[in-house]
Amino acid sequence: MTRKTIAVDYLARVEGEGGFTVKVKDGRVAGVKVNIFEPPRFFEAFLRGRLYGEAPDITARICGICPVAYQMSAIHAMEDAFGVTVAPGVRTLRRLLYCGEWIESHALHVFMLHAPDFLGYEDAIRMAVDHGDVVKLALRVKKIGNEVMRVVGGREVHPVNMRVGGVYRAPARGHLEALVPDLRWAQGAAAEAVRFTAGLPFPDFERDYEFVALRHPDTYAIEDGRIVSSRGLDIAIRDYTQWFVEEHVQHSHALHSSLKGRGAYHVGPLARYNLNFDRLPAHVQDLAREAGLGPACRNPFKSIVVRAVELLYACGEALRLIEEYERPDPPVATISPRAATGHGCTEAPRGILYHRYRLDDLGVIQDAKIVPPTAQNLTTMEQDLAAFAEPRLKMPLDKLTWQCEQAVRNYDPCISCATHALKVRIEEE
Amino acid sequence: MKGDSRRRRGSVLVIGIGNEFRGDDAVGLVVARRLRAHAGPGLEAREASGEATELMRLWEGRSRVVVVDAMRSGRPPGTIARFDARERWHDTAGGRFASSHALGLPEAVALANALDALPGSLVVLGVEGGAFDAGAPMTPAVQAAAGQVVASVLADLAG
Repeated sequence: MTRKTIAVDYLARVEGEGGFTVKVKDGRVAGVKVNIFEPPRFFEAFLRGRLYGEAPDITARICGICPVAYQMSAIHAMEDAFGVTVAPGVRTLRRLLYCGEWIESHALHVFMLHAPDFLGYEDAIRMAVDHGDVVKLALRVKKIGNEVMRVVGGREVHPVNMRVGGVYRAPARGHLEALVPDLRWAQGAAAEAVRFTAGLPFPDFERDYEFVALRHPDTYAIEDGRIVSSRGLDIAIRDYTQWFVEEHVQHSHALHSSLKGRGAYHVGPLARYNLNFDRLPAHVQDLAREAGLGPACRNPFKSIVVRAVELLYACGEALRLIEEYERPDPPVATISPRAATGHGCTEAPRGILYHRYRLDDLGVIQDAKIVPPTAQNLTTMEQDLAAFAEPRLKMPLDKLTWQCEQAVRNYDPCISCATHALKVRIEEE
Repeated sequence: MKGDSRRRRGSVLVIGIGNEFRGDDAVGLVVARRLRAHAGPGLEAREASGEATELMRLWEGRSRVVVVDAMRSGRPPGTIARFDARERWHDTAGGRFASSHALGLPEAVALANALDALPGSLVVLGVEGGAFDAGAPMTPAVQAAAGQVVASVLADLAG
């Protein structure tokens, strides 16, 4: 009997532990355990007793890569609770800010974190030696995303300009228009990225996922819409907890999400693309087809191409939003706190991020629930690893481990938990 | 503009890295905030989360950069280590880098080196942390060390 263990460990920059373990017994995968994610339990507790207006800035600190997503889901939840409608100009600014986050997050993941896997480099540093131009291009695209966040959000890393009911300061049109030349350049670079990623070698692997994403009647959903799935789910955001549950599993300190009675589901770029292809502009659809993607794509390794497609979309959408922007005056709506429960859900770069807050009549938070996209993908990641590894167990272990690590990276797992390092350990018995 | 770039070239940029919700990991941020009170033509202080491309953007075009970050090396909490980042992290050979999953300070140095985008001088002041749990307060030894780091940066400037 041969036993081997493929373990993919995450080490925090400063703290946190866990990893992936694929247990193999008699030529079969005997079990997969994922233990990579630290849930935002501390933040949920920290928020209790604080005023509604503090939640956007506090939750933005959960993640250095997607602060806008946390901020926006929190803001929408509060506005839902208090029945607030914001001005059209505010909606434009929020979506624009979110595009900035998609641009910077996707540029980082596509070029610096995922591409080295496909090109056979251990990391972006080694890739930079041979492909300095690609890395420089990635850095420039990412910088443009950060610049959008700085102009709209007031700061490039943890934007401070958004508030419940609106914004603190609405930028003048001219400030936004100054972003146009860079965004046009980034749009061209993103189109190149789609072609570049389309040419990468992809393992032959597909799974029949239940995709879950927001869907909007008019646009490719980012910050607004209903929660829909590829198997017919179509619910309002406020019904999230009626359909989705989080469960403790023995091997992990993270809660694993599932759809009640249906099991694992898949959130993120691949889900959005499959559910909302028809909402992409024609030129983006055309380039996606040229890149070999149809309206449906079930190979998670191709998520790198889909991210590049979304990068292209986000650049174009940012340009469109700047064009339609009208400075809101006043920049914030009047807020009247009331005892209520509010729900918010937006499309973080990694997938839907759900927030729920119960508030008292003064707007003090009584209870907070935050479900990040990575928590929702944990079971799907486990299933991917099992399905991917099993027919490949005869591969050299180092190569299989490498590809398993890549299979994990398909999900761009969240580093909110400060899991800054991914390590691969292989044990054979 | 010209005068501004001359000033940027001559001044010291201190980048404090950290997460204020993770105990001693906040030390870099605390140092940056305290130094900001002393900011002037010769000194600028910025806070950062530590993501590599963010760091590279901050130090782009600078001649003198000091990075302050928490570290975990098994030494007593509050121990301060000072080293030249370019010597220690100029490449990634030898497997010192666990991965490319996410890129932090060592990767930023190595990547900037590969792209010829390092500042003229890049000193790292690492402060050994004791507690990194979410929501934990900073330990007294690390609070004291933060004061020492502030004093040492100011002394270097004066010297």
